[in-house]
Amino acid sequence: MAATTVAPTGAATPGIPVRKNAKVGWGSPTTYFIALVLVAVTLAPVAYIVLGGFRTNAQITTDPSGLPSPWVAKNYTSVLQNSVFWQQLGNSTIAALVTTVGVVVLGVMASYVLARYRFRGRGVMYSLFAAGLMFPITVAITPLYILIKNIGLINNLAGVILPQIAFALPTTIIILVPFLRAIPEEIEEAAWLDGCGRLGFFFRMVLRLSLPGVLTTGILAFVASWNSYILPLFVLNDLGKYTLPLGVQAFSSQYSQDTAQVLAFTSLSMIPALVFFSLFERRIVGGLQGAVKG
Amino acid sequence: MSDSPVENSLAVQDQDPTANLSTTGDGAKSAPSPAARRRRGIGWRQRLEITLLSGPAIIVFIGFVILPVVLAAYYGFYKWKGFGAPTDFVGLHNYVIILQDPEFHSALLHNGFILVLSLIIQGPVGILLALLLNRKMRGRSLIRVLIFVPWVVSEVIAGTGWSLMLQTDGAVNDLLSKIGLGHFQAEWLSDPHIALWSLMAILTWKYIGFAVILFMAGLQNIPEELYEAASLDGASYWQMQRTITLPLLGPTIRIWAFLSIIGSLQLFDLVYIVWGQYVAGTAGVSTMATYMVQYGRNAGNFGYGSAVAVVLFLISLIVALVYQRFVLRRDTEGALTGRSK
Repeated sequence: MAATTVAPTGAATPGIPVRKNAKVGWGSPTTYFIALVLVAVTLAPVAYIVLGGFRTNAQITTDPSGLPSPWVAKNYTSVLQNSVFWQQLGNSTIAALVTTVGVVVLGVMASYVLARYRFRGRGVMYSLFAAGLMFPITVAITPLYILIKNIGLINNLAGVILPQIAFALPTTIIILVPFLRAIPEEIEEAAWLDGCGRLGFFFRMVLRLSLPGVLTTGILAFVASWNSYILPLFVLNDLGKYTLPLGVQAFSSQYSQDTAQVLAFTSLSMIPALVFFSLFERRIVGGLQGAVKG
Repeated sequence: MSDSPVENSLAVQDQDPTANLSTTGDGAKSAPSPAARRRRGIGWRQRLEITLLSGPAIIVFIGFVILPVVLAAYYGFYKWKGFGAPTDFVGLHNYVIILQDPEFHSALLHNGFILVLSLIIQGPVGILLALLLNRKMRGRSLIRVLIFVPWVVSEVIAGTGWSLMLQTDGAVNDLLSKIGLGHFQAEWLSDPHIALWSLMAILTWKYIGFAVILFMAGLQNIPEELYEAASLDGASYWQMQRTITLPLLGPTIRIWAFLSIIGSLQLFDLVYIVWGQYVAGTAGVSTMATYMVQYGRNAGNFGYGSAVAVVLFLISLIVALVYQRFVLRRDTEGALTGRSK
């Protein structure tokens, strides 16, 4: 067992900061090997999609797990020239941005009330939102579809955005309330003494101080919207209105013979979420940490 | 109501030392002066602020989350095609059909399998990976980003990629024969004995990153001093993990398990994308949610679909309440005693 080889490192050098030492000491080949396998398994499917887009259908048929040889850019260029792709990219972007802004604005306001006002019914209000965590959109989708149909938002991005905001609120509020609660009373006190009202305090101080939490919830809402499937599946019904996930699916059934092109389309549609995530990775981890830790 | 289990468990997570002293209730701060001032001063102005700030969120939330669930309960009593007002009241007939339908039984069974397997596969793997990524090593931050890639990639992309790779003449079978493991080739997606395990592999690949994020966050809350003290006492790495990390990671593990359970019960996207509505049943991977969509919206029976939604809702609710009653509640004591050590 690796454990037995590890223990002595920590115990044998009691003088120096022990844990740090033990940690570095275990940076052994085993660790790197496991990490490497991990990364390989994690990335293989993604690599398959991206590299597959650089191959031809003949290459894919004769050697399903091979590398591109020669590399062809044709699949990617033809997807990039496809106006439907750009339209769906636009739809996804609009839906994700509006959802994000909506969730953040409504979420911060409600969390502020929950975190810093004391009033009867606050517990009920918190429980109401917290209960929402238990019910992802799947449970509500059938009647939600009828509801959206009745208010005339079928095949309309607004019909996707509004429910997405509603369903993202519980997570947002659960994450933000501890952030807002953690703002020291003294700051509020000082602001109050300086003649800054509750609302003034909210706009001038709270938003700035809870920025990490706000960013986290915003990013989560953006990625969730970018990737959402079941709601657009029910609400949107023509190619021009589709968001990218539906677009990928439609494209892959329409061009099921043209695997290479499907792979190119798929890999192009995952770029935005990946870029977005890698830019804000720290924020997401930090924010979830805040949610767990409080 | 204010001491509901959800709120309690989350409030207890609060590690802000001042807040901690008072977290048995609703997690509110009991800082003396401003709070007292505030309690006296609930005037019209405060009420207006509360209403203005929380009103929009409450309206949107009730309108698009609560209302549909209530509507589902109502539509579930009708035989209804989704046009006009429902008039054909059939009482509990829809529910009788659902509960007697062998297809629903097998969907429920699959959900059960997925739930249990997710917990016993993803939990330990997630904890081990979090421990690994928590160590100081070269390229750690890069690995951290990479392991979250599947979680960020949409279900449709994951599903499309995996279904192409797992086809009979797909990349996985091809790779197996290339490395000399040809006899392990299989019908990954259509063989009913294997499909569920393929699904588990895809699910683990997709969602392990989320588990790891949560566990890593939990690990950072464990005070370093505990490890220092333990290693001075000569504890080995794994002893420390067993006696310090696991107990103190308890609250995080239980929250993760809760999210995983709910996710397993409501699983829809990946199954529907990879297998589609018809194949899911024969391959043995149908879930309650794919059953709901297949026999509800796709068949045009919105009354029936709503009834399935209600069943799904009730099952999730019961599981959630039982879990919170018997598992999450322990966090109240666990977290407090853990800290007072």
